[in-house]
Amino acid sequence: MKLYLKIWRQKDASTPGKIVDYTLDGVEGDMSFLEMLDVLNEELVSKGEEPVEFDHDCREGICGTCSLQINGEPHGPDRLVTTCQLHMRKFNDGDTIVIEPFRAKAFPVIKDLIVDRSAFDRIQQAGGYISVNTSGNTVDANTIPINKYDADEAMDAATCIGCGACVAACKNASAMLFTSAKVSQFALLPQGRVEAVERVQNMVRQMDLEGFGNCTNTGACEVECPKGISLTNIARMNREYLSATLKG
Amino acid sequence: MSLIKSSLARKYVMALSGLFLVIFLILHVTINLASVFSPEFFNEASHFMGYNPLVQFLMQPILIIGVVVHFVMGFVLEIQNKKARDVSYVKYKGSANAPWVSRNMIYSGLVILAFLALHFYDFWVHEMAYKYIEANPEDPTRYYHETVEKFAPFWRTVLYVVSFVLLSLHLWHGFASSFQSMGVNNKYTTGFKKFAKIFAVVVPLAFAFIALYHHLNPITH
Repeated sequence: MKLYLKIWRQKDASTPGKIVDYTLDGVEGDMSFLEMLDVLNEELVSKGEEPVEFDHDCREGICGTCSLQINGEPHGPDRLVTTCQLHMRKFNDGDTIVIEPFRAKAFPVIKDLIVDRSAFDRIQQAGGYISVNTSGNTVDANTIPINKYDADEAMDAATCIGCGACVAACKNASAMLFTSAKVSQFALLPQGRVEAVERVQNMVRQMDLEGFGNCTNTGACEVECPKGISLTNIARMNREYLSATLKG
Repeated sequence: MSLIKSSLARKYVMALSGLFLVIFLILHVTINLASVFSPEFFNEASHFMGYNPLVQFLMQPILIIGVVVHFVMGFVLEIQNKKARDVSYVKYKGSANAPWVSRNMIYSGLVILAFLALHFYDFWVHEMAYKYIEANPEDPTRYYHETVEKFAPFWRTVLYVVSFVLLSLHLWHGFASSFQSMGVNNKYTTGFKKFAKIFAVVVPLAFAFIALYHHLNPITH
């Protein structure tokens, strides 16, 4: 199929970017979206032009490295998939596809379609951990009984790959789905309760410092999340934060 | 201080002030409905609300504070949210993942705020002037006539009805959303969301009915 691509090109963080038009022929439906961009880049390199920079790593939807706002939606029009799992059969011959970086003040563009998502790392570092004695007498986590419902909920929250689609989809560029998933995966387990009060306070404080927006409960993040992280996690974070605040 | 700056604390303020205003709406619509079904009760209730010191000097200031806090915090959050995306998307498909009402609360809120200015001018300013500036004597029978006469002009009735439509849209998202902001999302949430949507339709519909009823049934002397 033949596609008309409108791709955001930006030399570096300090240079203003713009949309550049490309026409790409010979795209197969079985190609992934990133493979389509690989084909475009091969053409650009063979013509002596600068290839389009984009983030990618595992290409099987588990690492959270790929991003891209495709036709106005993070990871494109398909649901519960990352850009690397999006196939070109979802598009038609002659389609125009607008490809942009995830947009948020807290995700500054590094180059072309690559954004700096280290704000997520700093939120995680602010409290997304548990203190475990690993000096040789570590207690096996499975010796602590945990009911299946809580274990499943914690596991669901832990499937967040931190790709940033929630921020990209949200009209407020809010990071609450990500932060709440990282709060929830510990809040539901006994090992996570020990530092629960400090965790939610520190992670929310860091989230605010990074300049993300507020949650207005539109639910866009949940719809666009490639891992289907639920809004119930945001409610849990709100509860945890309220309870932590009341406890002082 | 850190609590005032916290995004979550601001959401709690938004949610609690919103819920307070929802409770006020229930009281307001109940008394107003009486103007259609029992003008005598409407007069009694209005007189009580207008002259009871507890209502006048405690509940009324709390209500005004509730309204001001809700819209000021709404603006503060909106400005913060706009700043969070300093470069806009060339193409942003908001309708793909979120309903229109949830994405446009600021606009439905602004219409309601503009309506409140008119509504305050129509009733509250008039009431304050009647009682405290003109220092008229108490008249427990005046409220029904005053209310019905207010809806005689077609333009005012239309403005009120349009505002009630926007109020409905605001409540459609805001009522259930306030519980999510307060951290309440459990097995009852699906059922409650349905109730909140019924509430968002029924209450503004009742207000619109009252305005239209009085417009279509003027007092003939």
